[in-house]
Amino acid sequence: MTDVITDTVERRPTPRRKRRLGGRTHIVVFLAPAVLIYTVFSIYPLIESLRLSLFDGLDDGSAVWTGLGNYTTLLSDPNWAVRFWNALWNNLILFFIHMVVQNPLGLLLAALLSLAPRFAGAYRTLIFVPTLLSVVIVGFVWELILSPLWGVAQTMLGAVGLGWLYAPWLGLESSALTAVSLISVWQYVGIPMMLIYAALLSIPDELLDAARVDGLSGVAIFWKVKLPLILPTLGIVAILTYIGNFTASFDLIYSIQGVLGPPDYSTDIMGTLMFRTFFGQQTQIGDIHMGATVASMMFFIILIGVTIYLVGVQRRLTRYEM
Amino acid sequence: MTQTAPPETRRSRRGRSRRTGAAAGVHLVLAGYTLIALFPVVLVVMNSFKNRRGIFGDPLGLPDARSFSLEGYATVLGEGNFALYYGNSLIVTVASLFLILLLGAMAAHALAEYRFRLNTLLGIYMILGIMVPIRLGTVAILQLMVDLDLVNTLLSLILVYTAQGLPIAVFILSEFMRTLSRDIKDCARVDGLSEYRIFFEVVLPLIRPVLATVAVFSMIPIWNDLWFPLILASSDATKTVTLGVQQFIGQYTVNWSAVLASLSIAILPVLALYAIFSRQLIAGITSGAVKG
Repeated sequence: MTDVITDTVERRPTPRRKRRLGGRTHIVVFLAPAVLIYTVFSIYPLIESLRLSLFDGLDDGSAVWTGLGNYTTLLSDPNWAVRFWNALWNNLILFFIHMVVQNPLGLLLAALLSLAPRFAGAYRTLIFVPTLLSVVIVGFVWELILSPLWGVAQTMLGAVGLGWLYAPWLGLESSALTAVSLISVWQYVGIPMMLIYAALLSIPDELLDAARVDGLSGVAIFWKVKLPLILPTLGIVAILTYIGNFTASFDLIYSIQGVLGPPDYSTDIMGTLMFRTFFGQQTQIGDIHMGATVASMMFFIILIGVTIYLVGVQRRLTRYEM
Repeated sequence: MTQTAPPETRRSRRGRSRRTGAAAGVHLVLAGYTLIALFPVVLVVMNSFKNRRGIFGDPLGLPDARSFSLEGYATVLGEGNFALYYGNSLIVTVASLFLILLLGAMAAHALAEYRFRLNTLLGIYMILGIMVPIRLGTVAILQLMVDLDLVNTLLSLILVYTAQGLPIAVFILSEFMRTLSRDIKDCARVDGLSEYRIFFEVVLPLIRPVLATVAVFSMIPIWNDLWFPLILASSDATKTVTLGVQQFIGQYTVNWSAVLASLSIAILPVLALYAIFSRQLIAGITSGAVKG
C-alpha cells in the first residue's frame, strides 16, 4: 500500500525535482560517513578474513598462497576435523533446542499476553528482564544456582520431591550442552515473545471480529487466523535464532565453561573454536590463517541458512500489509 | 506507530469478558513464567547482602539481623575498579549510539529521499550487515586496529559497534522514512531551506519515536558485549563492566559474597534504568519491531 502512495508522489512534478538538477553534494555528505565506517570496520574485515583463509603463515612471518588448503585441513585433517565437526554439531543442537523450546515458549507467552489479561503490562516487562542482563552475568548466576556447592537447585527440587533428579548438569558431558542451551533460552525468550506479541497486536480487529461472527472459538481463531498471519514474523524469529546461535552463544559458553567447551569439548561451538584457533591455548599457538578459515566456514554456514530462508521460506510466505 | 494503542485497549475490554476459568489458566502460565524469569536475579541480589554463613546456610531466606552483611560489597569496592568500568561502558555505549543514530539517520534519509544511481545497490550493501555478523571479521579487525594503533582504546570499540549497529539502523529508519509525507519536506524546500536544514529541522523531529526503537535495539548488545572488549580493549584502563565482572569473578571464585556482590553491582543499575524507561523501551520494541 505504501508503495502505491510513494509512486504517485514521485511522478508528480515537485519543486524538489528541479532542485535536484543543482548541486547534489548533500547526498554524498549524508551517505559518506555511514558507508565509510561500515565499509572499513565491517565489510573490509570480512573480505580480508576470507582472503587470509586462503594463505598460510610461514615461520618468518610472511604468508604463502595455499588456495583451499586450509579448508581441506579443517575438514579432513584428523586433529582439526574432529574439533570442527563436533563444534558444528553442537551449534546445530543449540539451534534445535532454541527452535523447539525458546520459540514455542515465546509464542505461547505472546499469545497469552495478546489476550490482554490484567497485569499484562507487568508480566511483559518482568519477563523481559533477563534479556537485558549481560550474558556474562546470566552465566554466572546460573552457574551458582546449579552448583552442587551451593545446593539451591538441589534444595528446590527436593522441596517438590524431585531431589533425585538433580545432577551437576553443567559439569556432565551428557547434559552440559542442554543445560547451557536452556540457560540461553531463559535469557532470550523475551525477544521472540516481543516480536510475536507485536505481530499479534498488528492484526486488525475487523478480521478477528469477522472470525468471531463466523462462530470460531478463541482457540480456533488462534490457529486458523492469527497464526497464519504472523508466519512471516515466525520466519524472522527463526532466522534470527539461527544467526544468533553462531555468534551470541560464544559469550555464554565462554563465561560458564571457558574457551575449551568442557567437559571434553561437549559445549565447544564454532565461536569458541574460532577464538581458540585464532588466539591459541595452552598446547597450541594462535594461527591467524586457520582462525580466518574457521570464521569463513561460519560465514558460509550462515549464508546457507540465510539463503534457505530467503528462497525457501520467505518467498512462500505471503506478506500481509497493514 | 500510534496505531498500536487503540487495538490494545479494545482488546483488553474483550479480555475482561473472558470466562474466569480460562483467565485463571492464563494468569497461572504468565505468573509462573514471570517467577522463573525473576527468581535467579532476586536470589543473587538477596544473597549478596548476607554473610558467608547466611549464603550457604539458608540461600532461599531473606537477609535477617544475623545474616545481614555488606562484606561482599566491601571487597568488590575495595579490590575492583567498577566505577572506572562503568564509566568505560557508558562512554562506549553512548558514543556508539550517538554515531549509529546520527550517521544511520543521515544515510537512511539519503536512501529514502533522493533518487540517484546506485541507490538500490547501496541500500542492499548497507543492510548486508544484518545477515552477516561482524564478529566473523574479528581476525582482520584486530589487525586493522593494530595498524591504526587503536588497540586498548575505547575508540576501537566505538568504531566497531558503530559499524555493527549501522545496518539495522539504516534498514529500520529508511523503511520508516519512506512512509513520511513528502508535502512537509517540499513545503520546506519552497521556503528555501537547504537540504541539510530539512534533514535536521524537519525529518529528524518526525522520526524521533523510531530513533528510540533503534536506540533500544542497538544498545543492549553493545552494553552486554564480551567478545570485542576481550579482544580489542582488555587493558585495565579500558575494561567495560561486562569484561570487568567476568574477570573479577574469575579471580574470586572462592569468595562467594564478593562474587554475588559484583554480580549485583552489575545487575542493579541496569534494573534501575529499566524500571525508569521500561514503558518507552517496550513501546519502542512492539511498535517498530515488526512491519512485515
